[in-house]
Amino acid sequence: MGFEKFGRKSFTAMTKVSKFVDLLEEGKVEGSVCKQCGAKYFPPRADCAACMSKDMDWFEMPKSGKLETFTTAYYAPFGFEKDCPYIMGVADLGGIKLFARLAGDIKPEDAKVGMDIMIRPLKYDDGQMSFEIAKA
Amino acid sequence: MAKDVAVIGVGQTSFVRGYEGSIRELAFEAFREATQDAGITQKDIAASIFCSAPEYDKQRSPAGVLAEYLGLIPQPTFYIETVCSSSSSGLKVAYSMIKAGLHDVVAVVGFQKMSEITSAESQERMGRGADIQWEAPFGTMMPAYYALYAQAYMAKNGLTHDDLRDVRIKSGTYGQTNERAVYRKGVKASDFDPSNPDARMAGAVAWPLRVGDACANADGASCVILANAEKAKAFSKKPVWVLGIGAASEAVNMAARPDFAKGLSVGYGAAAEAYKMAGITAKDVKVAEVHDCFTIAEIMAYEGLGFAPMGDGKQLIREKATYKEGRIPVNVDGGLLSKGHPIGATGGSQIRTIVLQLRDEAGPMQVPGSPEIGLVHNVGGVGLYGNVTIFGR
Repeated sequence: MGFEKFGRKSFTAMTKVSKFVDLLEEGKVEGSVCKQCGAKYFPPRADCAACMSKDMDWFEMPKSGKLETFTTAYYAPFGFEKDCPYIMGVADLGGIKLFARLAGDIKPEDAKVGMDIMIRPLKYDDGQMSFEIAKA
Repeated sequence: MAKDVAVIGVGQTSFVRGYEGSIRELAFEAFREATQDAGITQKDIAASIFCSAPEYDKQRSPAGVLAEYLGLIPQPTFYIETVCSSSSSGLKVAYSMIKAGLHDVVAVVGFQKMSEITSAESQERMGRGADIQWEAPFGTMMPAYYALYAQAYMAKNGLTHDDLRDVRIKSGTYGQTNERAVYRKGVKASDFDPSNPDARMAGAVAWPLRVGDACANADGASCVILANAEKAKAFSKKPVWVLGIGAASEAVNMAARPDFAKGLSVGYGAAAEAYKMAGITAKDVKVAEVHDCFTIAEIMAYEGLGFAPMGDGKQLIREKATYKEGRIPVNVDGGLLSKGHPIGATGGSQIRTIVLQLRDEAGPMQVPGSPEIGLVHNVGGVGLYGNVTIFGR
């Protein structure tokens, strides 16, 4: 349990990496790293696809990077309608990437491919935990 | 180019909104047409494969239910799913069964009645074909995913909104001539002009993609009947041979995608494998159906398939090279953008178009010059699955 607190609205209640949400509450955005072979993953995984080990640890994601791509959603699925329009994008944090929403203070016309960004945890008013891509 | 397995019959329903019948009746229409096309009956078919995306099906385990309705029991039946490329994957499985000598004639039936649920529900469920653990919690949906590719691609490769619009205009040109298409109106540049109050296609959906950049949901079914060489020669005057099959998969999560400006990696991977198996190159392809669920997808497909160098797909639409009279005609049946996209039926519909082209039976959509080699490019999810199949006379 615990993963239902992830994101604007979670679709998965149980996962072996639900500690990710606890780490967000501590202010950390972390991926997982294999203790056996050193493979790094984001989103985090409980199992290493490179060497099949189940012996994983957490590591703090780099905090800054560049925006690789983004889109502004003018329509939304059920449960997200009130947020429209909102921007989602992929940040390249120097070899490891992350998908998230862009911070609400970034206007669609200000978002640019290649812009400098930073990553930070986010707590919604209803207690849901997430992370977002903000201006550097 | 081995000629071991051939398509001996093809069928397709009209793609429509709100089909007035059940999924069994829908599948029956396409199956009936394909058996008549092949000149065979159910007793000639040794096995069947049904293909759909289960999130739209209220019926669970539909293969058995549909096999019974189509008169295909007690022969074995199977169910294959790779979302939007389900029936292309079904063709690969049928091919494998025939090559292995397990069955001599196999029917691949793709179907989807998307109107079983509302359009909003449909959007949501299609999104479940992406990563529900790590991405759906942000409010993702299919157009947004393709828009991520479009944004990066446009920024790097100089593709413009006018280029995307021109893909839709080409689609509309041919959609008008396809009596099985759901959208049969022509498309004009003014339809994308936001200063035009009547512009139907200008509204932003997931920027940079607009209403006109997206295909429509539809209900439909398709059927492709495959046979081994012996049966193909016995049954068919115009067998169309499967020359090459390629397939690939990619990470579901956008955070693990290699390069958005390059397009979908599965397009490149599946194409390379299919060309190698067929022993041909992109230059040998004379007509193609590519997966244009969004306009950007067609541009990316041009490059994955080697019709244009990487980053240069825009030139093909600017030079009208992918029109019927052009160097490499693409989606001259209107593509998904005009035909509509009944998920499980889509690949079979693309295959039918190419088979008719290679038999010189495509009517007003026929590419001149009697093309001998045709290609089908069918993608599932946002490049989660890729299938490329090459056919020849």
